[in-house]
Amino acid sequence: MERILEVNDLHVSFHTYAGEVKAVRGVNFYVNKGEAVAIVGESGCGKSVTAQSLMKLIPMPPGEIKQGEILFQGENIVNKTNKEMEAIRGKDIGMIFQDPMTSLNPTMTVGNQIVEGLVKHQKMSRSAAHSRAIELLEMVGIPQPDKRVDQYPHQFSGGMRQRAMIAIALACSPKLLIADEPTTALDVTIQAQILELMKELQKKMDTSIILITHDLGVVAEVCDRVIVMYAGKVIETGTVDDIFYNPQHPYTKGLLRSVPRLDLNKDEPLTPIFGTPPDLLRPPVGCGFTARCESAMRVCQEIDPELTEVSKTQQTACWLQHPLAKSRIGS
Amino acid sequence: MIRYLGKRIFYMIIALFLIITATFWLMQAVPGGPFTSEKQVPPEIEAALNAHYGLDKPLFEQYVDYLIRVITWDLGPSFKEKASTVNQIIERGFPVSLHLGLQSLAIAIFGGITLGVIAALRHNKWQDYTAMVIAVLGLSVPNFILASFYQYIFSIKLGWFPIAQWEGFEYTVLPSFALAALPLAFIARLTRSNMIEVMSQDYIKTAKAKGLSTFTTTVKHAIRNALLPVITYLGPLSANILTGSFVVERIFGVPGLGREFVMSISNRDYTVIMGTTVFYAILLVVLVLLVDLAYTIVDPRIKLADGGKE
Repeated sequence: MERILEVNDLHVSFHTYAGEVKAVRGVNFYVNKGEAVAIVGESGCGKSVTAQSLMKLIPMPPGEIKQGEILFQGENIVNKTNKEMEAIRGKDIGMIFQDPMTSLNPTMTVGNQIVEGLVKHQKMSRSAAHSRAIELLEMVGIPQPDKRVDQYPHQFSGGMRQRAMIAIALACSPKLLIADEPTTALDVTIQAQILELMKELQKKMDTSIILITHDLGVVAEVCDRVIVMYAGKVIETGTVDDIFYNPQHPYTKGLLRSVPRLDLNKDEPLTPIFGTPPDLLRPPVGCGFTARCESAMRVCQEIDPELTEVSKTQQTACWLQHPLAKSRIGS
Repeated sequence: MIRYLGKRIFYMIIALFLIITATFWLMQAVPGGPFTSEKQVPPEIEAALNAHYGLDKPLFEQYVDYLIRVITWDLGPSFKEKASTVNQIIERGFPVSLHLGLQSLAIAIFGGITLGVIAALRHNKWQDYTAMVIAVLGLSVPNFILASFYQYIFSIKLGWFPIAQWEGFEYTVLPSFALAALPLAFIARLTRSNMIEVMSQDYIKTAKAKGLSTFTTTVKHAIRNALLPVITYLGPLSANILTGSFVVERIFGVPGLGREFVMSISNRDYTVIMGTTVFYAILLVVLVLLVDLAYTIVDPRIKLADGGKE
């Protein structure tokens, strides 16, 4: 399997008045060609920052990639200049944002917003790019694309805008598509349509996808592998089956338990994970989840567990799953 | 669109009517009249003058007469400048004020937007601080001080431009810059704050994610969205600047409309007060309408009421 993206020991910080916020603290993961990988976690766990770092879209300053490397097609993106990044953004890596209502420029026609990228990266003439934009709109399932192409975003519904965003992101057939909570702002029915569309286009164009979400239903629908993040770190990773049927980390288990279920009694309360994530201004020395963890031990407070293999496809960072701990229990 | 325009013009006429009425009665409420002065005019002569100009008639009749004359764009004779009518005064003064006004407007808009955009892009860096110091100076230094300062530096010390009068292009430079200072500073601050807001919008991130350069992102995506509030301010500003600033015209000896406007009030020159006010009011309502029309060009989301179907 060809690895299209590999992130090694990525640290990202934001310098604020209060001090340095360590938003991402040593993240490792990879994405294979044609694979869909989900990054899940609650708000503030560093998933969006990780995604935006991949395109170097975090505002610098105050943001800073402190250390680590991001290998995209074997090249380290971290050292690239802004000019070099411009050639990659939109061409090799496309991005879809969370809120389609605000992600499109309100004073520019949807067509022109698609055309821009084509003219820049594929050196197309404006008229050729315009007809290509119509094709793209048709591809993402917008009716009457020849008419719609010259309309403004406010004339589109939310779902249609997100389709237009997908058209913009896929305009130059990127090798990697980063979707940052692409369905969070949409109705449930529209969500399903958008996910269906993304899956279909992924197959058609053989694009890899990084899907950032906190919606586990979305993950099950679209992805091959899952990366669970907590407090700026990866705490568990595995295939969709591993994560859903055999979660190892207490946080992953908690996440799955907290998903509302249709087969349960309506009056039954939801099962939340109590507490709040740690303040990343002063990140904890040990495991970030200790304070909320039911099975926390003294070691959890003092030493941060490393990712250890549970199976060939699954890894987790939890002392309970550490080989030493297991051998102790076994004996 | 035509229906909308018709409606707007109807409202404009009502607004003008109210302005004329208010000015007329306020003006009459002030004690004294055009022929009151330190040197007592013999009562017979004053009566004759009043009769000549129709000032002996009941006020209401004068008011109706005036309304009728305004409709035919006859603003009446000046009481103080016996040789000219108000129409002539406006025709004489306005082109000068217009010329001066357009030049300062161009300086204010171009300079203000440039300064504001640079300040926003270099937010919290020295370029930002420099631009904002200029803006604060422009806002807080009164233009008569600025005008005298210009005269001292550029005319007396450096000798680049003539100190006063109105005889050619080089005469227009200093008053234009003096008049432009305040709106330039205001536009710069407005543009800066709007640009900073727009630059943090999601669609700017989208534009960057497309691989567009900072320049393209700024020019094509940010500026247009940041300019809407600036356009709002342009309507009243233009009317103000085009009719001239009394102070600046006075200091540079520019024979513009602003001077007439202010002098007529101390002279109690009823017809000139009324005439210049009406003229200013017309200019203002027309420019406000133009600004509203300009919105629809800059921002496609704004549709004029009763604009009809797409």
